[in-house]
Amino acid sequence: MIEVNNLTKNYGSKTVVNDLSFTVNKGEVLGFLGPNGAGKSTTMRMVTGFISPSKGDATICGVSVVDNPKKAKSFIGYLPESAPLYDDMTVIDFLKFCAAMRDLRGAAAKEAIDYSIETCFLENVARQSIHTLSKGYRHRTCLAQALLHDPDVLILDEPTDGLDPNQKHEVRRLIARLGKTKAILFSTHILEEVEAACTRAVIIDQGVIVADGTPTGLKKQSGTDSLHDLFRNLTTKETE
Amino acid sequence: MFTIFKRELKSYFTQPTAYAVIVIFLFMSLFFTFSLGNFIKTGDANLEWSFFFWHPWIYMLLAPALGMRIWADEQRSGTIELLGTFPTTIGSAILGKYLAAVVVWGIALLLTFPMVMAVNKLGDPDNLTIFSGYIGSFLLCSTFLAITCLVSAFTRDQVTCLIISCSICVILVVVGFDHVVRIFSQTFSEATTDAIVSTSVLDHYQPLLRGALRLQDFTYFASIIIACLLCTSAILNSKRS
Repeated sequence: MIEVNNLTKNYGSKTVVNDLSFTVNKGEVLGFLGPNGAGKSTTMRMVTGFISPSKGDATICGVSVVDNPKKAKSFIGYLPESAPLYDDMTVIDFLKFCAAMRDLRGAAAKEAIDYSIETCFLENVARQSIHTLSKGYRHRTCLAQALLHDPDVLILDEPTDGLDPNQKHEVRRLIARLGKTKAILFSTHILEEVEAACTRAVIIDQGVIVADGTPTGLKKQSGTDSLHDLFRNLTTKETE
Repeated sequence: MFTIFKRELKSYFTQPTAYAVIVIFLFMSLFFTFSLGNFIKTGDANLEWSFFFWHPWIYMLLAPALGMRIWADEQRSGTIELLGTFPTTIGSAILGKYLAAVVVWGIALLLTFPMVMAVNKLGDPDNLTIFSGYIGSFLLCSTFLAITCLVSAFTRDQVTCLIISCSICVILVVVGFDHVVRIFSQTFSEATTDAIVSTSVLDHYQPLLRGALRLQDFTYFASIIIACLLCTSAILNSKRS
């Protein structure tokens, strides 16, 4: 469903993502791990069609993001890293706007909005103005926006960032549940999340993949049965 | 495009921006009309010199104030990432946002209708000339908004956008202002002076106030608007590549 082929991104002389290739199939949840600045968000932005790659391509459900961005984007639900929202709108108005942008109208839009509000536990704040929301609610509102059109592909950039432990737990369960019928790519810093929600994980460092496997496989690879150790061994530390 | 247009328009009215701009515009345009414009004494029934004449001076400050958020805010809050990943084109987003700002200004202009009623009551104006003045005024603010839209694509900071757009608008007005034109004519040759003056919005705005609908003026305004919107698209695209 997501096929990433030799994706490369250069900013000037700096290569942020270097010849990255991987696939995520239907029913798979791929955890995207890596230290800050490893190129996770840049990769996700390229896959969603927000920024264009310097080289390579990503195909979503067989449609190239580079050649046919409009069609490819219609298959994707995307939660950006900072969960950006229009602060002047209410939650429900924002979701109505996003539904309209996804060409959902009338009863279909209403159904989609009700479903995402329920899935993301937003009932209590639906009529509240977004600028009054706490970080957890903001994040979930943005997640709700990504689920509206029931996309085949979900790309979530740190979906549990800023949530309390209960909310984190709920979101992980949600990801695991949605992952049964969709292809999900999500990035995280929290290694426990990989075991809780992912069927597979890749670790990237300085724009290249340094490990790829199932959570159990990766743990074995570490030698100490710990993802933390593997992560620390394979990635560049800022202090080095 | 219509969805973005609707959202933008609503957002102007859920925040105080649109109200502030409309109220200040109405207040200032009337203030200039009755004070500097000497509306009552001159008996300017066509509203040419007392009313429309002052609009460029108001727009050059207020239009950037209305338009500065168009892209600057979107980039600061990161919502441009949402827009950029919806299945739509950047062109329709630009058009939707720009038209919303233009419509807000259209509403502000329409709200000056009591002036038209007043001159019709008090005297015998040429309403077609007044209509032509409104067209000119509308084209002028649309031009300034397009310039602001372009500048806001460059920056995430609204204040920077405001300062730069204001400066551009001020220059476009001032180079056609009589006193400045006189200075130009002392320094440069006639042809150069004419060339400089013809870049000014005043040079293309004032014929419309007199009721002269000239093709070159429409071309002037339309080409600035189209160029600015195309450049906005180029800038936003280049930021994403």
